[in-house]
Amino acid sequence: MKILVAIKQIANLDDEFEIRDDGKDVDHDYCDYEINEWDDYSLEEALQIKENNENEGEIVVVTIGPEDAEDELRKCLGKGADRGIRIWDDAIAGSDQFVTAKILAKVVEKENPDMVFIGVMAADHAFAQTGISVAQILGWPHAAVVCNLEYSSGASQAALRRELEGGLEEEATIDCPAVLTIQLGINTPRYASLRGIKQAASKPLDVLTLSDLGLGDDDVGDAGSVSRIRRMFIPEKAHAELIEGTPAEQAARLAEIIKEYTGA
Amino acid sequence: MSEIMVVAEHRQGEIRPEVLELITAATELKQQKACTVSVVIIAQDPQAYVTGVSMAGVDEVITVTSPTNEFQPDIYKSALFGLIESRNPSLVLIPHSVDGWGYAPALGATGKYGFTTDVFGIKYDGDDLVTTRAAYKEKVCIEQDFPGKDTVVLTVRGGTFKPVEETGSPTVTSFDVPDVTAHSQHQQFIEPEEAGDIDIAQSEFMLSIGRGISEESNVEQFAELAETVGAALGCSRPIADSGWLPKSRQVGQSGKTVGNCKLYIAMGISGSVQHMAGMKHVENIIAVNTDHEASIFHIAKYGIVADIFDIAEELPAHFE
Repeated sequence: MKILVAIKQIANLDDEFEIRDDGKDVDHDYCDYEINEWDDYSLEEALQIKENNENEGEIVVVTIGPEDAEDELRKCLGKGADRGIRIWDDAIAGSDQFVTAKILAKVVEKENPDMVFIGVMAADHAFAQTGISVAQILGWPHAAVVCNLEYSSGASQAALRRELEGGLEEEATIDCPAVLTIQLGINTPRYASLRGIKQAASKPLDVLTLSDLGLGDDDVGDAGSVSRIRRMFIPEKAHAELIEGTPAEQAARLAEIIKEYTGA
Repeated sequence: MSEIMVVAEHRQGEIRPEVLELITAATELKQQKACTVSVVIIAQDPQAYVTGVSMAGVDEVITVTSPTNEFQPDIYKSALFGLIESRNPSLVLIPHSVDGWGYAPALGATGKYGFTTDVFGIKYDGDDLVTTRAAYKEKVCIEQDFPGKDTVVLTVRGGTFKPVEETGSPTVTSFDVPDVTAHSQHQQFIEPEEAGDIDIAQSEFMLSIGRGISEESNVEQFAELAETVGAALGCSRPIADSGWLPKSRQVGQSGKTVGNCKLYIAMGISGSVQHMAGMKHVENIIAVNTDHEASIFHIAKYGIVADIFDIAEELPAHFE
């Protein structure tokens, strides 16, 4: 049994930031990085399936990114993933989500897992696109926004719930192998143990290039993308009227507003 | 003449509300570029939905008879791929909805069409389609275009365009869904559990808590505070996911929309797009947050940059 979990190192902007000179992205000196929140849940779901399978099988975590992105892979290995794969090539920089999906699909073909888990979206750009595009490129069954999963390793079908709008859920079955996009709250992600963190350092982490995956420069960058960023800009936004003062003064004004409204 | 195609998602027998917003988006584009607007209905009995989408500005309603009534991504993808290949529309608009996320990226990949998601601005710059979406947790916007793409597929953010109200009289045609194997099967819908004590969708005055409360043991303090000021207690997603409050208290896209709320106090909620989808319409929003840059301050009427615990401590004295 093998489950492939795709993760992303996301960028958070500092309070003060600047748009890059080419106008197409933020200057990354003004970012700090962390693992995408959704990916904690994808990994946890995979780890639990393995544990329920008498710990038989392999969890492979995959990311696309420069060397710094290995921090997040190591954290996943520390939580119990067995092996990491990082793909990078400078030609990938500036590619869109379709390129991300093409690369991940190649990794899936190479690894031939029983299931692929990808977060519903990434917290930085929130396209909610990658997982389902990967499935389509592979020709695999897919389901989006999975909030409950019953899958035993090697099964030809899984039962799942999709989280719809307004608290409604859909119960469905799906043929496996499949690509599922995993929603927050599907489980309670674990923290890495000290022992796990120590073990992570010695777990295998392969670095692949585009040519290792049979992809060329035309498959990535502008040539391989289906969208292009024209420009990035900081929108004009309204801002709340700030209530200044000490907390006591702020609370007093808040109480007044509440009373104006409730008529108390 | 080029065609703009709108996908009319539906659920439990009702057209999804975003569809009428997408029709507005499509018909507004007619003023920039000569084109026709068609609406596609994929359902077991698509005729049942025709009236609901026969709105002003719609030239044609295309019915596609599906073997299943409820949404199935393979059928949606195949039907729309067939339609795009036979009609070559310049633009296909899909709601940025949970079901939309389930098939739109697959449709885009199938034909390598121009594709992006969650757009809230669509315009033509000459012949080039240019879209706007947000990035980095809404702190910046990006403009995208789609060089060399004859067909562009977009998912459109809900609440962006005003839903069309005026009805029209489009022609109705049909399209046969190509042979397709459905790899997943809808079993049933599971309705949300009722809160038991209170339905926050009905509440006029809400006090909601978010990550800022830090620990489960602090929930009680804010529950008491809500009671003291006379508000119903709500929360953002992380609080419900952690099991600190029941899911029925969650405000947002996957929780409740607080449709009746007139006054909303957000404490320790930074304001994700998903949370704001459930409350941004409220007339009086007061946000309390330590982060002056938090997104919630952009939709709030009043903002208090402070520690929520300091405010929570001071506030009750005014209600004794």
